[in-house]
Amino acid sequence: MEVKPKSACDTCAQFNADGLKKLGVNTSNFDYVVALAGNPNTGKSTVFNAMTGLRQHTGNWPGKTVTRAEGAFEYNGEKFKLVDLPGTYSLLSTSEDEEVARNFILFGKPSVTVIVVDASRLERNLNLVLQILEITNNAVLCLNLMDEAERNNLEIDTRTLARDLGIPVVPTSARYNRGIPELIQTVSELANGKIVCKPHRIKNIPKNIEQALEKLSAEIKEVYPDIPNSRWIALRLLEGDRNIIETLKTGEFV
Amino acid sequence: MNTNKIDHIISLSNDLRWQIGDEFHDNLAEGIYADAAEIVKDSVHKKDEKGAFRVDAKIDKIITSKVWGFPLMFLILAVVLWLTIVGANYPSSILSGLLLDTLHPALKGFASTIGMPWWLDGFLIDGVYLAVAWVIAVMLPPMAIFFPLFTLLEDFGYLPRVAFNLDHLFKLSGAHGKQALTMSMGFGCNAAGIVATRIIDSPRERLIAIITNNFSLCNGRWPTQILIATIFVGALVPASYSGIMSLVAVIGIAVLGMVFMFLVSWGLSKTVLKGEVSTFNLELPPYRPPRFWKTIYTSIIDRTLIVLWRAIVFAAPAGAVIWLISNIYIGDASVAAWLIDSLDGFGFLLGLNGVILVAYIVAIPANEIVIPTILMLTVLVTGISAGAGAGVMFELDSVTATGDILRAGGWTLLTAINLMLFSLLHNPCSTTIYTIYKETKSVKWTLVASILPVIMGFVVTFLVAQIWRLGS
Repeated sequence: MEVKPKSACDTCAQFNADGLKKLGVNTSNFDYVVALAGNPNTGKSTVFNAMTGLRQHTGNWPGKTVTRAEGAFEYNGEKFKLVDLPGTYSLLSTSEDEEVARNFILFGKPSVTVIVVDASRLERNLNLVLQILEITNNAVLCLNLMDEAERNNLEIDTRTLARDLGIPVVPTSARYNRGIPELIQTVSELANGKIVCKPHRIKNIPKNIEQALEKLSAEIKEVYPDIPNSRWIALRLLEGDRNIIETLKTGEFV
Repeated sequence: MNTNKIDHIISLSNDLRWQIGDEFHDNLAEGIYADAAEIVKDSVHKKDEKGAFRVDAKIDKIITSKVWGFPLMFLILAVVLWLTIVGANYPSSILSGLLLDTLHPALKGFASTIGMPWWLDGFLIDGVYLAVAWVIAVMLPPMAIFFPLFTLLEDFGYLPRVAFNLDHLFKLSGAHGKQALTMSMGFGCNAAGIVATRIIDSPRERLIAIITNNFSLCNGRWPTQILIATIFVGALVPASYSGIMSLVAVIGIAVLGMVFMFLVSWGLSKTVLKGEVSTFNLELPPYRPPRFWKTIYTSIIDRTLIVLWRAIVFAAPAGAVIWLISNIYIGDASVAAWLIDSLDGFGFLLGLNGVILVAYIVAIPANEIVIPTILMLTVLVTGISAGAGAGVMFELDSVTATGDILRAGGWTLLTAINLMLFSLLHNPCSTTIYTIYKETKSVKWTLVASILPVIMGFVVTFLVAQIWRLGS
């Protein structure tokens, strides 16, 4: 066994280290479902392993995780099931892995979505982040690979980023277990409703598309007043997504 | 129900789709990127222009260059193989000393003390136990070296570069560039390589990758290649060069396997699996220093032990079968002898012999027991004494002694070369066949993937034998 590097948070009053139990593959009787999404090769599987204590094989090539992996941890008496989704650059196309990720976030209704991004390649990664924020209200940005960003001399103002995105931002280096306690704490607070997000919604959309979206989304809200992502559904309808048309009829995502 | 409302929404969306036109997708993507750029501008600052990006780019310039890409790839492959071959020798001899020379006699002694009947003792200890012990002694050390080395390369970020270098060739052969990754995995274990083909989206290209993965020389076959190359090919040159010569021969076979992979992929994509080559984005990940011990640990747990366990499960019954066919007599000869006799003529046509063919039939479960089975059967047929009874697998302490037995069994350089070729081109092991079925869910494609390589093996060895005999 390797000794986990001590994090300052292990002793912080905010983080309750004794309250954490990594449950590995035992995912029965969970209280919350947490989805793990992100671009390929940003270390999702490493974050997954760090949170669950599992040793799922990780590797330095995009597309390592081909199927959904599940694990669990317990924090302050509540059980969280963690689902590691395949890495995608976007959620807008029809490829199989994007569909798995998109459907899970939309229909699996995770309590919290952890979006793992490569801190050194934030701009490119934000493409996916902004799409996910259209779908879900409860998300946290896991700014992973901070050690590499530091080596690349990048400075990231996490507060500004959190304010702009409207969700909590936690810097991590999952391979060294740095930031994982804070991430778990944040996930727990999001699940319990102690942190409420006000996610960024895509602004720079051409006027004609924006108007179409508003029109559609207003109609959708009339039928399903409680859904948080009417705009995303409108977007998918404009795209002609068969899946969405079907589920709109059955009302499965409510 | 709101059915009317929903129908209205859907028809509205259809109308709107027409209105906004087909630039919708691009406009949306541009909008998202514009948002992303604004956000990043406020929160990310670069302290100076130097950094790891430059180093990465410099390394990539060499590793993926047209001039150096291929030589470097072969050099790295050669180094990994060399480390595996040389490094595996010592633990292998320790393990075989322990399991075969110490524990086996001890078990035999114990069996005779408790008065176990000879057939049960033979079946269990000489059959099942020896096959398992063999697989562990021969297979564990090279795997425990090869898999971690491979995983280190993977974690470092080299594999996607290999895919990048080979992409052009795969595209030419009508296959997916990511097949380079599954091919590399196949060098460790074909079953693992076939599972890895899940990264290929297109079903057509995935099938090609599955069917041709067997042309990656796997772990179970490396030791056979190395041993035979050392005995017969290495001996062609003066002793000081024989190591290099054997390595060149083995790498030659591995490269030949890659050539066959391209040819068969090309053939399939031009005939039964016709279709367009799909494009894909391959992101070259940053080089990351692997976490050494963690990598070693996970690759041993995840890959080595799992593959080893599977091999043991399949080797045990094979050991039992080998013992049975050499101890059950029909008339005046054992079943094994009958089989060998009946296959000798066909074997001769292929430049092989009946022993080798029988060994490949009983070794379908696990390729690593081919050599011990060949030795055992050769002794059985030639009647030379090597201190072991019928149906008992054994290894000889020295490569020279193994060579002597094989030569006594009528082996020539042609037999050796054709055995190396046949070891490359024959049906996948039963684990791999099972994995192919699980992944494709199709009996037809499983049969194709299993039988195609054997036919190729027959054709290639037949041609080599005929040309060889014409020339000599």
